[in-house]
Amino acid sequence: MLHFLRRRLTVAILVALTVLTLSFLLTRLSGDLAISIAGPNATQEDIELIRSAYGLDRPLWVQYFDWLWRALQGDFGDSYFFKTRVSRLIMERMPITMTLGLCGLFIALCVALPLGILAAVRENTWVDRSVLMVALIGQAMPSFWLGLTLMIVLGLNLGWLPISGTGSWQHYVMPSIVLSFSAIPSLMRLTRSGMIEALASDYIRTARAKGLSRLSILVKHGFRNAAIPVVAIAAVQLGFMLGGSIVIETVFALHGVGYLAWESISKNDFPVVQAVVLVLALIYIGLTLLSDLLNAVLDPRLRSA
Amino acid sequence: MSTVLQPAGASSRRRIWRNAGALLGISIVGFVTFVAIFAPWLAPYDPFTIDLGRRVIPPKWMEGGTPTNILGTDQLGRDYLSRLIYGARVSMIIGVATIITSGIIGTFLGVMGGFYGGRVDDAVVFAITARLSIPVVLVALAVAGLLGTSFTLVILVLGLLLWDRFAVVARSTTMQIRNLDYVAAARCAGCSPIIVLLKEVLPNIATHLAVVATLEMALAILLEAALSFLGLGVPPPLPSWGLMISEAKEYMFFSPWIIIIPGIALFILVLGVNLLGDALRDMLGTDLSR
Amino acid sequence: MSALLEVDDLRVTFGSTAAVRGIALKVEKGETHCLVGESGCGKSVTSLAVMGLLAKGGKREVARLSFAGDDIRDYDEKRMSHLRGDRMAMIFQEPMTSLNPAYTVGSQMTEVLRRHRGTPRTQAVDRAVQLLTRVGITAPGLRLGQFPHQLSGGLRQRVMIAMALMCDPELLIADEPTTALDVTVQAQILRLLAELQKDLGLGILLITHDLGIVARVADRVSVMYAGEVVESAPTAELFRAPRHPYTRGLLSCVPVPGKVKRDEPLGSIPGVVPRIPPGFIGCAFKERCSYAEAACASPLPRRYIGPAHEMLCILPEGSGA
Repeated sequence: MLHFLRRRLTVAILVALTVLTLSFLLTRLSGDLAISIAGPNATQEDIELIRSAYGLDRPLWVQYFDWLWRALQGDFGDSYFFKTRVSRLIMERMPITMTLGLCGLFIALCVALPLGILAAVRENTWVDRSVLMVALIGQAMPSFWLGLTLMIVLGLNLGWLPISGTGSWQHYVMPSIVLSFSAIPSLMRLTRSGMIEALASDYIRTARAKGLSRLSILVKHGFRNAAIPVVAIAAVQLGFMLGGSIVIETVFALHGVGYLAWESISKNDFPVVQAVVLVLALIYIGLTLLSDLLNAVLDPRLRSA
Repeated sequence: MSTVLQPAGASSRRRIWRNAGALLGISIVGFVTFVAIFAPWLAPYDPFTIDLGRRVIPPKWMEGGTPTNILGTDQLGRDYLSRLIYGARVSMIIGVATIITSGIIGTFLGVMGGFYGGRVDDAVVFAITARLSIPVVLVALAVAGLLGTSFTLVILVLGLLLWDRFAVVARSTTMQIRNLDYVAAARCAGCSPIIVLLKEVLPNIATHLAVVATLEMALAILLEAALSFLGLGVPPPLPSWGLMISEAKEYMFFSPWIIIIPGIALFILVLGVNLLGDALRDMLGTDLSR
Repeated sequence: MSALLEVDDLRVTFGSTAAVRGIALKVEKGETHCLVGESGCGKSVTSLAVMGLLAKGGKREVARLSFAGDDIRDYDEKRMSHLRGDRMAMIFQEPMTSLNPAYTVGSQMTEVLRRHRGTPRTQAVDRAVQLLTRVGITAPGLRLGQFPHQLSGGLRQRVMIAMALMCDPELLIADEPTTALDVTVQAQILRLLAELQKDLGLGILLITHDLGIVARVADRVSVMYAGEVVESAPTAELFRAPRHPYTRGLLSCVPVPGKVKRDEPLGSIPGVVPRIPPGFIGCAFKERCSYAEAACASPLPRRYIGPAHEMLCILPEGSGA
């Protein structure tokens, strides 16, 4: 298993480097950065000044390696707009995005796991079909629209929850719910199919033959095996949620990393954009490694492989 | 041996249910496609005509509505129903164009990797892993922010980003077929591999790819809506449903219908596409794309 | 005195297919009763039906089902679950997949005792060690902490047997316990079962398709065909004087070293096991039987040929041979 993990780690590092390069190239897409930064009213002089000030007159590969070298040390440069270190900006905003992601995942699991198990136990009954329909509905729902609708209903009409900002825990409720919608369908389907497969297996028949209690068979024997891929996928889903947080954060005006990215894109604040793409990708890579680790921990068959 | 056999009643109930879903999916997609194609004949008004004197009029059945505009008007006085109808065009064209683009890229990569194996396959798998690590929405937004928004750009960006599932499915099915038809390919040792690919591999993976295509189309439609909502997708005054929601945001607390209607349209279309995908998957009896 | 297990007129249907069509059997304490037949004859389904372990969609009807004198016919799942693993135990054909891969051998064994007797952990572990030793597993302490995938097929089946014995059951149902194992391991497992039966007075219902196994371990044999028991007798008598054409056909299929002449074709029964439509009357074997006559299409009588030897056929005694 150690060999397997080592291999995954190597791949992860290579992917990280690739993303580093891609995010660098991303911001160089628009051609002359200096012109974009200078804005529409700049004179040729201003543009030249900006070009040298930001080191944009150096050859491209020099800029790349400079960026690479600094990025590896955690130095993402300074934000053009905020005039502070990008790394500090990200660190300040990250807790909000993380909280949002974790809450979203928590809600998703609380909904998806029981429903998935229920659907599997009552396979092909109306209960099962209703659960599958819930999954279908969740998949088809545009998240930003759901957010706005919830805002209208829960925030305005019923006045239960605040509609924007990050004052208290209540501010996180609606955004987390909306975020969870993106993960619930897949987690629920996975739980359901995993449970159906587990419950049809020979070791469940043995458990029944041993006269174990219904609960023990379902949870201890059935779910324990079905849960393995679900846990692994949950970690990856968290990665997706963090990556997609930009939409939710802008709708609900939560000043997390996603919102930061949004602001920076509109202001052409390239160092920030570059860094956020990189950081989110790195988090995703880390989560996939975690997911592999969880797989190995939960499945004894993989441990000695 | 514990065989799970179902009594006859349950399996025919299941079939009816599945057929209902497939029927609904096909009807929805068919209907929206029809609307998209015949938009100029179906829409009562021009979706771009601004009439500042008649802004934010509610739909006919609500208080304040008029029969002139069945679904009311938006914040610039444009007829809502017409914009909704033309919006179907935007969603459908982007959906189809994206899956064609990403389908070609993904299928090519996946088939190459699955067919040749070895280093080629390693490279393909690496590319897929790298692509999965990239936060799609963010990158799409960044590109749009840098290069300016346009219809074609949205298609290009989404097409260049959403090929991963095509690649995964194409790769695994190609690998299965390669093993099966290995003998045939070996016998064909005079035929160029391209011929083998075109004649043997592609027809066999086509149906699996069709399932993936529906899933990706649904995703593309939702992503375009999100991008347009954030102002970095389809540029105004084009009537993208996502853009309509975004433009009307300020009025939503007083006239909620103004954002609810396009949202429902999006929801129904994506639901239809997903149902279609489920129906295709049931026909195939496989579940590779999850 | 009633038998340990008594089954009368057991019928099992899956939808419109009748898997078991009215069989009767008895297992006495300390006796091994073999249920033998081809694949698809319904022998496994019979064992599952007795234990109440039928899969979803299986319907069971039985005139009489008694265990150790108690009528368990109408026991619900809850009451059956208290019997299973405690007084009646079952082991299955596929040791590779019959154990949960996520838990250690030890935890899967001890949970049976803890469930049925409330035994504290340490005592349960002691009992598990004792049983693992009894079934011939060396280093039992080590094995307890291992996971199923770390054991070989033969070892796993021994673990299954030990696990089945945790609560000292009175009846053991073994569904083709050696089919998935190597021949040498088969012999060991069979010998083990025979020893355990002698030591513990277990009643064993052994399901198998292998007549060789029947000859070795069975006290009594019931031959099944297409959901019915066509002949039932003490083992020695069945092998010595088989009456039912199917039984005779089966026995002739087994090549006996020394008796089979070179160049002589091996025995076989022409045709295949038929699918029985619902409402079928008469002998299921008649299409393949060389003695079939018109009367075989009507319901068959259960006839007694000798003491404890019965069969389902209209052939008079002494015919055929």
